[in-house]
Amino acid sequence: MLRATLIFTAGFLASLGAGWLALPKTLYRTEAQPLSFNHQVHTGDKGNMACEDCHSFRENGSFAGIPKLESCAGCHAEAMGETAAEKQFVANFVKPGREPQWKVYARQPDNAFFPHSPHVKAAKLKCEKCHGDHGKSTTLPLYQVNRISGYSLDVMGRPAGRWGLQRAGGMRMDDCVACHRQNGLSHSCLDCHK
Amino acid sequence: MTRTDKASPAAHYAMIIDLDRCEGCGDCVVACALENNVPPPNPKATPRTGLNWLRVFRLEAAGRDVFLPMPCMQCGEETPCQSVCPQKAVELDPATGIVGQIPERCLGCRYCMAACPYQARVFNWWDPQWPAGMEQTLNPNVSVRQRGTVEKCNFCHGRWHAAIEKAAAAGGRGPVAYTPACSEACPAQAITFGDLNNSEFAALTNKPESFRLLDSLGTGPKVFYKTASTAVRAAVTGAAKDTPHA
Ligand code: HEC
Ligand code: HEC
Ligand code: HEC
Ligand code: HEC
Ligand code: HEC
Repeated sequence: MLRATLIFTAGFLASLGAGWLALPKTLYRTEAQPLSFNHQVHTGDKGNMACEDCHSFRENGSFAGIPKLESCAGCHAEAMGETAAEKQFVANFVKPGREPQWKVYARQPDNAFFPHSPHVKAAKLKCEKCHGDHGKSTTLPLYQVNRISGYSLDVMGRPAGRWGLQRAGGMRMDDCVACHRQNGLSHSCLDCHK
Repeated sequence: MTRTDKASPAAHYAMIIDLDRCEGCGDCVVACALENNVPPPNPKATPRTGLNWLRVFRLEAAGRDVFLPMPCMQCGEETPCQSVCPQKAVELDPATGIVGQIPERCLGCRYCMAACPYQARVFNWWDPQWPAGMEQTLNPNVSVRQRGTVEKCNFCHGRWHAAIEKAAAAGGRGPVAYTPACSEACPAQAITFGDLNNSEFAALTNKPESFRLLDSLGTGPKVFYKTASTAVRAAVTGAAKDTPHA
């Protein structure tokens, strides 16, 4: 009897543990970015560029987001360095004029409205506050999407945070509201939803 | 959620529709549908089950055709749709005075439609469908609603979003000025939009020739009408009382 209980408990715990470890992995699918992008070479000593050189605001106050190929082509008409990543970029994208289809880690669902200008221009928040150190990174993090909702890991709900899967904070509704509360702001639903 | 913020002092958006100018062309209705991603009518739709955020009625008074455009009146007091909603899916935003419908919360019971004295609300009986290619023209500032939810005019809230985004880019805060699609599209300039906290605009609503529909209900509508003709005014206010509930 005792042995049976032991075996059952051990098996039970083992499958529980396996499920605990496997579930987050099975919930998310990894998708490849079109090419490996290195922020450090551009924003560090080598490129010496400011974030705004590539991530600018349009005339109407909206955020232009990830730069289009035309803003890269000026420097990368030919490969300047020796790296495979750059050669690949020039051969596969710049020469044929093909726009890389970047996957956006912070991409919000269609019904959410997030404006950069009140945060960056009016409230003077640093990019790092929400995006972590992406602007200084040398390699791209894994881009993971939820198999059910199709949303990136960064905008999924609590569970992702609880399992320590979240990279930076600030992209989920809870995070938005938490920071707004801290700043004494409170918004109606339609302020952030459209 | 009520709003206790210090960032943007309250605005109270309102609309004045000049019945002596409106010629019933319907441009406002089309502009409204395009702006707010209201799909073309489903083949099975009837006048009762179609989708319209803005309707234009035709009456006869003072020996002429009178056209009456009716958006949501954005009732500011005892807002009927808000008070009956079991889901808290209707929200009167104290910062703008706009009555918002929140599709994420709406369960489609349609109490609000029964409660609305102006029948400004419509129900999605079908999932929206656009003719091939037309989905390319959807407005990214307004999300598409699904079957089983109620929707209505919200004074082009997406344009308000764009306006605060633009103001903030210049470091600005507080109430913003913007123009809803219907007002912009009207070739007769019959629709004036503004903020009641602006005394110049508020004065326009206090003129003797301006009035509101079903004012006596005490729901504080924020759409005003105006006409110089007492006969037109009597016909319009009378018609609003008689409209049968759909
Ligand atoms: C040479 C142009 C360039 C410069 C300069 C640059 N970026 Fe980027 N940035 C990109 C490109 C290309 C991507 C898309 C690939 C990626 O996700 O890293 C990107 C993506 C990002 C993203 C990812 C958004 C998301 O959620 O997917 C963040 C955050 C970001 N940049 C922040 C910064 C910050 C902060 C700086 C300044 C320190 C900066 N960038 C400078 C080109 C640039
Ligand atoms: C101001 C000039 C400049 C602009 C604009 C610029 N880059 Fe670069 N890029 C550089 C320099 C300098 C390097 C480093 C080359 C080396 O010495 O290896 C580099 C390296 C790269 C590499 C290779 C990175 C690695 O792994 O080492 C890629 C890929 C790349 N850039 C993509 C882009 C893209 C995409 C854009 C447009 C969003 C862009 N660059 C815009 C200057 C620029
Ligand atoms: C308050 C939090 C916050 C701050 C501060 C912030 N971002 Fe973002 N960022 C977001 C969110 C949320 C999104 C996703 C927006 C969406 O999908 O509509 C995003 C999206 C982006 C994207 C991808 C946009 C696209 O559509 O291609 C880039 C690039 C980016 N941010 C760069 C930056 C840079 C550079 C800064 C600093 C100047 C910055 N962000 C500051 C929250 C923030
Ligand atoms: C790190 C703090 C922080 C985070 C995270 C944050 N916000 Fe904000 N947000 C602010 C501050 C501060 C303001 C006020 C800006 C100002 O000073 O006008 C603001 C303003 C706004 C406004 C403008 C509201 C108005 O009425 O003017 C919107 C919309 C908004 N945030 C949406 C979002 C969304 C959506 C998210 C999550 C994706 C988010 N915010 C995350 C700090 C934050
Ligand atoms: C400060 C900004 C903000 C406010 C205020 C806000 N939301 Fe959200 N909400 C978001 C963002 C960003 C998302 C998308 C990210 C996520 O799913 O967490 C979201 C997601 C949601 C979702 C999940 C939708 C989905 O597709 O997964 C629901 C439901 C929702 N919000 C309802 C509401 C309601 C109801 C209110 C009013 C009480 C409200 N929200 C107020 C920012 C906000």
